[in-house]
Amino acid sequence: MNSNRSKPHGLLAEFHTAADIFEAAMRCRDAGFTQWDVYTPFPIHGMDEAMGLRKSPVGWFTFCGGFTGFFTGMTMIWYMNKFDYPLVVGGKPLFTPLYAFPVSYEMTILLSAFGTLFGMFFLNQLPKFYNPLFKNERFKKSTDDRFFLCIEATDPKFGMDATRTFLTEKCHAAVVELVED
Amino acid sequence: MASPGKSAAVKAPEPPAELVRESLVLNNRSLGWITNAIAGVCEKPMPMWWWPAFIVSVGGMLTMFSLIAYLVSTGVGVWGLNHPAAWAWDITNFVFWIGIGHAGTLISAVLFLLRQKWRTSVNRAAEAMTIFAVACAGIFPVFHTGRVWFALLPGYLFPAPNANEIWPQFRSPLLWDVFAVSTYGTVSLLFWYVGLIPDLATLRDRSKGVMRRFFYGLFSLGWTGSNRHWSNYEKAYLLLAGLSTPLVLSVHSIVSFDFAVSVIPGWHTTIFPPYFVAGAIFSGFGMVLTLLIPLRSLFKLEDIVTLRHVDLMCKVLLATGSIVGYAYGMEFFIAWYGGSPYELYAFKNRAFGPYWWSYWAMISCNVISPHFFWFKKLRTSVVFVWIVSIFVNIGMWFERFVIIVTSLHRDYLPSSWGYFTPSWVDIMTFVGSFGLFMTLFLLFIRFLPVIAISEVKGVTPQADPHHPLGGAKGHH
Repeated sequence: MNSNRSKPHGLLAEFHTAADIFEAAMRCRDAGFTQWDVYTPFPIHGMDEAMGLRKSPVGWFTFCGGFTGFFTGMTMIWYMNKFDYPLVVGGKPLFTPLYAFPVSYEMTILLSAFGTLFGMFFLNQLPKFYNPLFKNERFKKSTDDRFFLCIEATDPKFGMDATRTFLTEKCHAAVVELVED
Repeated sequence: MASPGKSAAVKAPEPPAELVRESLVLNNRSLGWITNAIAGVCEKPMPMWWWPAFIVSVGGMLTMFSLIAYLVSTGVGVWGLNHPAAWAWDITNFVFWIGIGHAGTLISAVLFLLRQKWRTSVNRAAEAMTIFAVACAGIFPVFHTGRVWFALLPGYLFPAPNANEIWPQFRSPLLWDVFAVSTYGTVSLLFWYVGLIPDLATLRDRSKGVMRRFFYGLFSLGWTGSNRHWSNYEKAYLLLAGLSTPLVLSVHSIVSFDFAVSVIPGWHTTIFPPYFVAGAIFSGFGMVLTLLIPLRSLFKLEDIVTLRHVDLMCKVLLATGSIVGYAYGMEFFIAWYGGSPYELYAFKNRAFGPYWWSYWAMISCNVISPHFFWFKKLRTSVVFVWIVSIFVNIGMWFERFVIIVTSLHRDYLPSSWGYFTPSWVDIMTFVGSFGLFMTLFLLFIRFLPVIAISEVKGVTPQADPHHPLGGAKGHH
């Protein structure tokens, strides 16, 4: 943890209440920072607007999964019971979407759920076991009862002293420096 | 106090006293208290009662597995199945267990979509119950085939051709059921895991031991609580809830198709899907209460799982129990009004035939017991609620037994009538399935947070930045 030799990762500000970090997030957004994030033990209602985030695109992954599931189900049943080995049961039609529906419906839900889960992992770049934030002992409280805001050094508006002043004076937070290896 | 343009712009004004909602977490507990109370359960050594409970449960589980080995090596004849009643305890147990699961999904998905915030205190344990119940349920239909390898090998259950190049037959509701139940088990597990990720990160950050830190760290995937992550996470959670809702309704509907699509009197009715779904939710809430009432007092979680939660779940029991009672009445009415002598006989035979005792056990447990919950005093008396929840479990097992066995044992031809009596293997396999269920549940208590930590924090007043208490810290 020698900050002289290590590359700085960013500045980490600590807050005690949801209201405080909510205000700080709005100030960061208005100050024009782009490479920053807040870390909270639970999702704070309205924080996406306070940070100026776009709507989450997870739904597209769900849709693709569901679409694939439904047509896989229908095609599979058509192929198996009508095309590859026509199976006559009770004189009923070899294929109709009606009897194929329950299975296709379940496949829709199954693949939608997988699409949602893996879409979320993909968008969040999880699993990600290395993170410079984990080197800070206080950051462990971010899953308990503290709220953190980190402005990264890669942000074009980042300046070690100016940003530190911004966080301590405008946002009234205790600030520490984070480093990368 | 608040300077204009700063706090005043963000905070909502304090609502009038009569509009203030009762807090979901009692005694204005702080966020840190919530973490300690819930994470503490699986971090401290288990209390003394845990070990005897665990040993008995594992004993039950091993009994079940031994009896399954006996069944597979000897044949399905070790069960009491006979010619008219080729389905009896096996499928009764299957429908019983799968129905139990439905309350977990109802709490986690349907109540989430309906924005019932009280669900956060009970959803984790209820979802765990769902997954363990589905695991118990799956055992019975798989092993009632006897020579399981034929069922599991291609051509019967799995969509692959058998030795004669014939594919499975997709017009059969039994095959729909395979897809419904396996999808249900998988999606319930995914939903449960997504909910666990932030809490596993909490346990990772608190853990002292190397093993615990490694495993919680591994399964929490490097979760940081970043809001950019929460944004996608919350959307994914909402979508999974939206997917689980039609799923849970479809699963028990398809289970009911196993019966309703056949032509057996007493099974071939259109009321089956909604009647089965209501019964499933009824039985599942019975089991949730059976598990959570002891859990909340043994681990001192009364401030999080409050009497209000018990009260609300009793109201669900009352509502679904009334639907079930209505369905029993409507079945009888249609049996008479429909004019089919076979159908009418099947129902008369249920109530007054050789299985009259099971019918009246079902009626007294399911129709009478929920109606105590019209009274708030009884809904908030935990001992009373716990006893009634046991009766609901018993009654719902009998419901499935009544539907399956009384319809099968006397169908169209009196020459093929018979009587089913369970063998000791039937009985002990079912008892053993409770061992499997409780083993899994006790391990869940031992290693995972029994209440969704981050979700409970999210519904406290201090979690809302606009709430008048948004800056408050609460009591330790």
